[in-house]
Amino acid sequence: MKYLPLIWAALWRRKPRTIFTMLSIVVAFLLYALLSAVNAAFNAGVEIAGADRLITTGRYSLTQVLPFGHLQQVRSVPGVASVAGQSWFGGYYQKESNFFPQFPTQIEPYLEMYPEIVLPEEQKQAMLNTRTGAIVAKTLADRYGFKVGDRIPIIAGIWPLADGSNNWEFDLVGIFDTKNPKERSMYEMLLFHHEYFDEARQFGKGTIGWIVIKTEDPDRNEEIVEAVDDLFANSPNETRTETERAFNQSFVKQMGDIGLIMSSIIGAVFFTLLFLTGNTMMQSVRERIPELAVLKTLGYSDVGVLGLVLAESLALCVLAALVGIGLAGLLLPGIAAKLPGFSGLALKPEAFAGALGIAVLLALIVGLPPALRAMRLKIVDALAAH
Amino acid sequence: MTEAIVSLKGVTKSYTRGKQSVEVLQSLDLDIASGDFLALMGPSGSGKTTLLNLIGGLDTPSGGELRVGDARLDQMSSSQLTKWRANHVGFVFQFYNLLPVLSAERNVELPLLLTSLSAAERMKRVRIALGVVGLAERAKHKPGELSGGQAQRVAIARAIVADPTLLVCDEPTGDLDRKTADEILGLLQILNREHGKTIIMVTHDPKAAEFATHTLHLDKGRLVEAGELEQDERPVDVHPSERPDMDVRAGRSARDGSTGAP
Repeated sequence: MKYLPLIWAALWRRKPRTIFTMLSIVVAFLLYALLSAVNAAFNAGVEIAGADRLITTGRYSLTQVLPFGHLQQVRSVPGVASVAGQSWFGGYYQKESNFFPQFPTQIEPYLEMYPEIVLPEEQKQAMLNTRTGAIVAKTLADRYGFKVGDRIPIIAGIWPLADGSNNWEFDLVGIFDTKNPKERSMYEMLLFHHEYFDEARQFGKGTIGWIVIKTEDPDRNEEIVEAVDDLFANSPNETRTETERAFNQSFVKQMGDIGLIMSSIIGAVFFTLLFLTGNTMMQSVRERIPELAVLKTLGYSDVGVLGLVLAESLALCVLAALVGIGLAGLLLPGIAAKLPGFSGLALKPEAFAGALGIAVLLALIVGLPPALRAMRLKIVDALAAH
Repeated sequence: MTEAIVSLKGVTKSYTRGKQSVEVLQSLDLDIASGDFLALMGPSGSGKTTLLNLIGGLDTPSGGELRVGDARLDQMSSSQLTKWRANHVGFVFQFYNLLPVLSAERNVELPLLLTSLSAAERMKRVRIALGVVGLAERAKHKPGELSGGQAQRVAIARAIVADPTLLVCDEPTGDLDRKTADEILGLLQILNREHGKTIIMVTHDPKAAEFATHTLHLDKGRLVEAGELEQDERPVDVHPSERPDMDVRAGRSARDGSTGAP
């Protein structure tokens, strides 16, 4: 701590240069923090996927629909506790920017399979008794001001009504939440009855998008996956069954490998930053050769001088990284409020620790060459040359 | 004679420049008594600064025996010399060599950061040192806000703050006008007479040498009597800043382009 004034003063020796270098590091870490949060949001579904849940889709694509009859056949496979068919509705509320997922499904088994979804019993009963009923996530209800009893218009993106209109209407009978508030963003959706959907839609009747399976014992998942897919092998509607985690992973990957995209962007940014910050540190030490020689003259050891330069580099990088992460922390709630499906957008502790780790690594990489130069400095030569 | 604090026996120093070996000091024998104020004079390239660097533990001799107090500097490793310097020597340079980003008191504190003293104790000593050089009221000022004389006083305060036995001064007045130079030399004299510091000072300035108790002349790496110096190598009786053939700031002779440093 006693060296802090010395390190701090050296850091601000050339204020404009330090400020500009810091700004570039701040922006890099701001970007890192934002992208980490987005990546975490994309992968949240993977993390919370139930171990006892499997998903069966068409063998070749998620867009390949399955006959409704598959449901009963899957239900009869030994080890399967319950099943629910589900489809992607793809509509929006009032305007396209108000998009959120809507799924027609078998409400009763679905809610049993997802105990993390909390719906008051009377609302559940109301839902089961209302053909055009719908239940919606609390976060969506808060965002759009939905209340139980409202009639919610949803404009279909894929499925028109039998009369050709895209204007579907649902009676909101329930608002659900999640047991764990951190999982809210994963269940930002509207659920309605498959029966109503199937009757009212113009085409595709008698089909479902995929099947959610709850198994009696997760240890039997592998055996059940095989049994389900064998059931439909060589039929016109072959299936592909996988764990919910694997399904969610491949769903995320349909949009691109977010992790790879993020790593590539961050990698490019930090690679550029290495040169910029490295150059600043080299320049800073080069200018201070006589001063460093004086420190050595006064009795500062070679390792001590190396430590001072490294500490300066650490102060620069870590301080700027903290500012960048802090800014991201301030911006994320605002971004989350504007992005449907990203209400849980937040910086995770792992990302924070990762950012600090990167900052320390960056400081060591850019600080080490000038620090070694300072360490190897010969006092007599340095004083004579300046 | 008082016991010698610095003792050189057959000390040589040579540098290799390309394929050539340049002998800067040739078998020097020298004793400097404790409490002495010694002026080292001689023409540029005579080896004054090299000798000062050896005595101050900034460099090691190529041969011979160099003793300062109880320490055999010629047998010390680089890290041992570093520790020894921190405890025994104070340095004063021609261009003050203060850290421009630190205030006067922070500059003076630098040697004390290497000790286990508390912050309060460090500041107490800093204030005493700045008081000795008469700059207590400028403690918060940065070097850029001080005159040359004041900056050199801060440098002297830094040199004495850890209470070293030996002060090594390389052209301490070379960058100052006559009046300020005399004030600085007077201050060194006080440190020598009243505080018992042994001072070894390299200077080109005969007036500065007059403040010392002894003067030694170096020429081509050997100690010589003043009369032995060739006519054009004899010190000129003017302050370096007044000599037309000296570029004082660079310590460079305009006539031959050589530097004061070896």
